[in-house]
Amino acid sequence: MSGRRMTPDEVVAVFARELGGGVRGTRIAERREGAKKHPSYTIWIDLDREALKPAIRTLIDIHFPHLSVISGTDIGTAVELNYHFSIYYGTKGGEYMVTLTVALPKDDLRVPTIADLIPGAVFSEREKQEMLGVEVVGIPDGRRLFLPEEFPEGVYPWRKDGTGIPDAMVKDLWAVGRPANRPARPVVAREVQGEVQAAEKEEAKVTGRAPSTEEAERHE
Amino acid sequence: MSDGNPAKTTPYTVPIGPIHPALKEPVMFTFRMNGEQIEKADFAPGQTHRGIEWMGMRRNPIQIVHLTDRICGICGVSHSLAFARAVEQIMEIDVPERADYIRAIIAEFERIQSHLLWAGMAAHELGFDTLLHLTWRVREQAMDTIELLTGNRVNYGIIQIGGVRRDITPDQHPAIHECLDYYRDLQGKLLRIFLEDATIQMRCRDCGILTRDDALRLCTVGPTARASGVNMDVRVDFPYAAYGDLDIEPILPDRYLGETRGDVFDRIVVRLLEVEQSAGIIRQCLDVMPAGDILWETKIPKILAAFKKAHGEAVGRHEAPRGEVLHYVRMDGKEHPTAWKVKASSYSNLMSWIPMLEGEQIADIPIIVASIDPCLSCTDRVAVVRGGRRSIMTKEELHRLSVEKTRRLMR
Repeated sequence: MSGRRMTPDEVVAVFARELGGGVRGTRIAERREGAKKHPSYTIWIDLDREALKPAIRTLIDIHFPHLSVISGTDIGTAVELNYHFSIYYGTKGGEYMVTLTVALPKDDLRVPTIADLIPGAVFSEREKQEMLGVEVVGIPDGRRLFLPEEFPEGVYPWRKDGTGIPDAMVKDLWAVGRPANRPARPVVAREVQGEVQAAEKEEAKVTGRAPSTEEAERHE
Repeated sequence: MSDGNPAKTTPYTVPIGPIHPALKEPVMFTFRMNGEQIEKADFAPGQTHRGIEWMGMRRNPIQIVHLTDRICGICGVSHSLAFARAVEQIMEIDVPERADYIRAIIAEFERIQSHLLWAGMAAHELGFDTLLHLTWRVREQAMDTIELLTGNRVNYGIIQIGGVRRDITPDQHPAIHECLDYYRDLQGKLLRIFLEDATIQMRCRDCGILTRDDALRLCTVGPTARASGVNMDVRVDFPYAAYGDLDIEPILPDRYLGETRGDVFDRIVVRLLEVEQSAGIIRQCLDVMPAGDILWETKIPKILAAFKKAHGEAVGRHEAPRGEVLHYVRMDGKEHPTAWKVKASSYSNLMSWIPMLEGEQIADIPIIVASIDPCLSCTDRVAVVRGGRRSIMTKEELHRLSVEKTRRLMR
């Protein structure tokens, strides 16, 4: 953890220096919101797969990063993984988001685990394995996370190719319709009311008291 | 552990879940117990996985905003705000300043009601049910104000891509101030009841400890991280909406208690102080809120047409009551996003259960599990596997164990 907080450009420069050719591209996005338009910065760094672990070590040297999540996209020929980190949290208005991106070709969907450097990452890595069908090499806990045990093997919900969710697994609620095997509805409400009135009349005959005398008087 | 030798009684395995009293949403715990003590803890989430991200990738962002309202029943604005901010960054939309302030006001009311809801749950887990009734009664004031401002108690539907859907009018100000005054007058009482009560101290002090190192290594967020001494609050660190204009300090337990232990008690302290802080933020917002529009574009077809020109990826973050919420969105010139990843606060916090629970007693499970304010749902029974025999332990029984422990300590 170094003392002085670097500017976003300096952070990018550190990556370029430490990783050399492993960095494919960088982008700094600035966003200003509110009345005072205080800037906040998101740094995007495109990496070779081999440069991922060294890049995270570089990040740890700058400031121990907070890993929010790993997101992923099926871009056709490859699956892209984005590692969303933030550094310099705890400094007022000075936090940067750092997103490290690696593209994994579809014929070799392997990526090394980062859980040895950041143990909390295993949660997100487990999710990427089941949702995108990538293989996290060396993952300390390779079980499924969110998908149920009976979910078919080889189906990955976030993929956009043949291994995505097949139509057969999708149930459109609007297309389901009302089930035909429901039991008949109970007695219609109006009939019930009629029966009650009939019963009241029967009772009146027996007791010799007119039904709802008070009501009859009110109507008069 | 239960199979094989029936005479062997320790260590035995106690599964809790998938549905359980201390949780608001199903999750499956497996504990290896040695007597009353937890030796090893493990959990499996996913019992309510609804595939919302899959659904979102087949809908346009206007539809997704309403879907995000329904990701969580408590965080009615957090997910919508984070998602809208991600889309706005891709489309380079400048949100009107007034909308930024309204967003912050609603988000802070949400924090007030969420923290009070949690405080009541925590009191209930300890068997302090009069306190549960008190906190949930006073929470209604915030709920009523949210209903006044948004029209709804939950699923507010206030956020739109490029702004908010309802303005805060001058005639609403007296009601908002009345609500804030109510909580200002109440704060001392709440702090006294929660923090000076001997029983709460006995149950929560040095219970379920998460060290600062573990909090960092396990990527913990929000009040759970702050209670362990990690100075981290997206509102302060990474200004967005109106937060960059305001004077906010992250709430850390050592500023109130003089030390940080990272236990359940510290988590109570942080959340209770944040209720007061949120009320202060709302006051600041009302004082300096600029006039003007509340939407970048009022015509929905124009917004939809703009989606088809949007290219790029962005991250929207927000400090929800439970901690950082993050939405990653990628758009490739289609009406629907190519990728959408939702990272809820509890997603980051669940891993911290393991160091908190290991070494603690079975009767402490409900309060420790509840102490991170997991966004998981409510409960009914626990199955206990002991010596190969499976018996069902009801919600009431586990709750009774916790209450009995409180009673024992009070004697």
